[in-house]
Amino acid sequence: MADIRLKKSLGRFHLSAEFNAEAGLTALFGPSGAGKTLLSQMLAGLITPDEGHIEIAGRTLFSSAKNINVPVHKRHIGFVFQEHRLFPHYSVRSNLTYGSGRRAGKATPVSFDMVVNILGLNTLLDRKPASLSGGERQRVAIGRALLSNPKILIMDEPLSSLDDARKAEILPLIEELKSEFNLTTLYISHSIEEITRLADSLLLLDKGEMKAAGPVGDILSRLDLVPYAGGYDAGTLVEARVAAYEPGHHMLTLETESGGRLYITGSAKEIGAAVRLRIRARDVALAKTEPKSLSILNRFEGRLVDHCSGAQGMEELLLNVGFPLTARITRKSFEEMKLTKDTPVWALVKAVTISRS
Amino acid sequence: MSISPAELDVILLSLKVALWCVGISLLPALLIAWLLARREFYGKTALNVLVHLPIVLPPVVVGYFLLVLLGNRGPVGGWLLEHFGISLIFNWKGVVAATAVMAFPFITRAIRQAIEAVDKNLEVAALTLGRPPFMVFLTITLPLILPGILAGMTLGFARALGEFGATITFVANIPGETQTLPLAIYSLLQTPNAETAVWRLVIISVVLAFAAIALSEWLTRRSIRRLGGNF
Repeated sequence: MADIRLKKSLGRFHLSAEFNAEAGLTALFGPSGAGKTLLSQMLAGLITPDEGHIEIAGRTLFSSAKNINVPVHKRHIGFVFQEHRLFPHYSVRSNLTYGSGRRAGKATPVSFDMVVNILGLNTLLDRKPASLSGGERQRVAIGRALLSNPKILIMDEPLSSLDDARKAEILPLIEELKSEFNLTTLYISHSIEEITRLADSLLLLDKGEMKAAGPVGDILSRLDLVPYAGGYDAGTLVEARVAAYEPGHHMLTLETESGGRLYITGSAKEIGAAVRLRIRARDVALAKTEPKSLSILNRFEGRLVDHCSGAQGMEELLLNVGFPLTARITRKSFEEMKLTKDTPVWALVKAVTISRS
Repeated sequence: MSISPAELDVILLSLKVALWCVGISLLPALLIAWLLARREFYGKTALNVLVHLPIVLPPVVVGYFLLVLLGNRGPVGGWLLEHFGISLIFNWKGVVAATAVMAFPFITRAIRQAIEAVDKNLEVAALTLGRPPFMVFLTITLPLILPGILAGMTLGFARALGEFGATITFVANIPGETQTLPLAIYSLLQTPNAETAVWRLVIISVVLAFAAIALSEWLTRRSIRRLGGNF
């Protein structure tokens, strides 16, 4: 879908990136200053790379070898920026349709009504951007990019200028658009929460270098990537299906593909639904024998697969409990428990610490 | 007070000259303002200095340069005469040329500041939506700088109404041909016992100036409202 190999030096900053993005949502993750925005601007044609090539949907947009550099307006890349960048002199409707003259993007152009419905813009169409709230503006900006019928959508930290409440309002909309239009999307973020929620695959960028690329679940369960993939907030992504509901306690039983069982709170409506959970490594406790009479509901029997030392007296562990699970405990506990590879362990996770994505 | 035919001639000539001045300056001013605001190129500083020169040079000097360049035997004037049959010497077209050169820096400056105030990111966003650069200029930049263009036009118009030094040097002070308001006031000041006539033209000048500013304020406010009102 997208085949990208780029190099660019700006002063003492060197960016070198090479990756393939398939259909679905690929997240580009890294701390501030990692070069994420520079990379996205090169894809959009706003900055010319020193060398490399960009191929999207079978079309070469840039090639230093073949001396190709397609100008911005002919790249068919939809862009959602950190700031909304709506045109102040146009109504919401005119903003939305500004780029919709472009037909070359997809065989079936994105429909205006559908975008307006999903993003909830019906009542805003005749208003000017100045009278909209921050969240509304960003919703319009997303709709505008979609309606330009792009071959690929780049979202550059689209939620970073919004408060948590607005983020919570827009995240599900992005998920819905993703499943509705199935557009190849590159989502740039430094929020591990957003990424575990949205991403199918993950590219890790740090100081201008690609650290890893692959399915998001695999990357998040790699111990060597903990410093790049969330650091203090690092954790595992677990995909599961709601198998049962216990009405008296509002408890859900989830089953992973490999047969693991988890318990979280939820409602009866969700039976059969697929859910994504995020279990932070720092929320996982370990025991060598099966603990009895304990408040913690999620007790997984498994074994230690791998471990490495982390920051400030911490030990990062990878367990297999029917699914991969990372855990972080102090080195003191690690040594006192005499844990080594293949040691059988019980992993304990309080249901209330598990984040629903 | 009723206006005499002689005074009416002066007023109409002044208005005609000022309108032509703004009319022929606008597109070149827009182009140069855009170049200065948005492009980097070799000789940008030189162009900037050249545009601003009429503000800092004595108007008489500008008038003399015009005489040399645009006179019937000058390099530009001779060419105009030969190819288009246009002579600028001692007629109203010469006044337009003189006022246009003097007003140009004011018009360009106002438009340039307006262009610099437009968020470049909006233009970038428009490009990513698939519109070619010229369309982006027409649909985004131009509407957003409209208040600045109006301000520049008003400044240019007022400058043209008031131009004296370059005009009198280039095309002299000929009643009915090149005598605009300031030149007519100057002539009357040289005439004994013409204080009343001087005062009448002075008041007319003030009224015209006020009217121009009021009209421009009204147009500017209207365009800002139309543009979404949040600048």
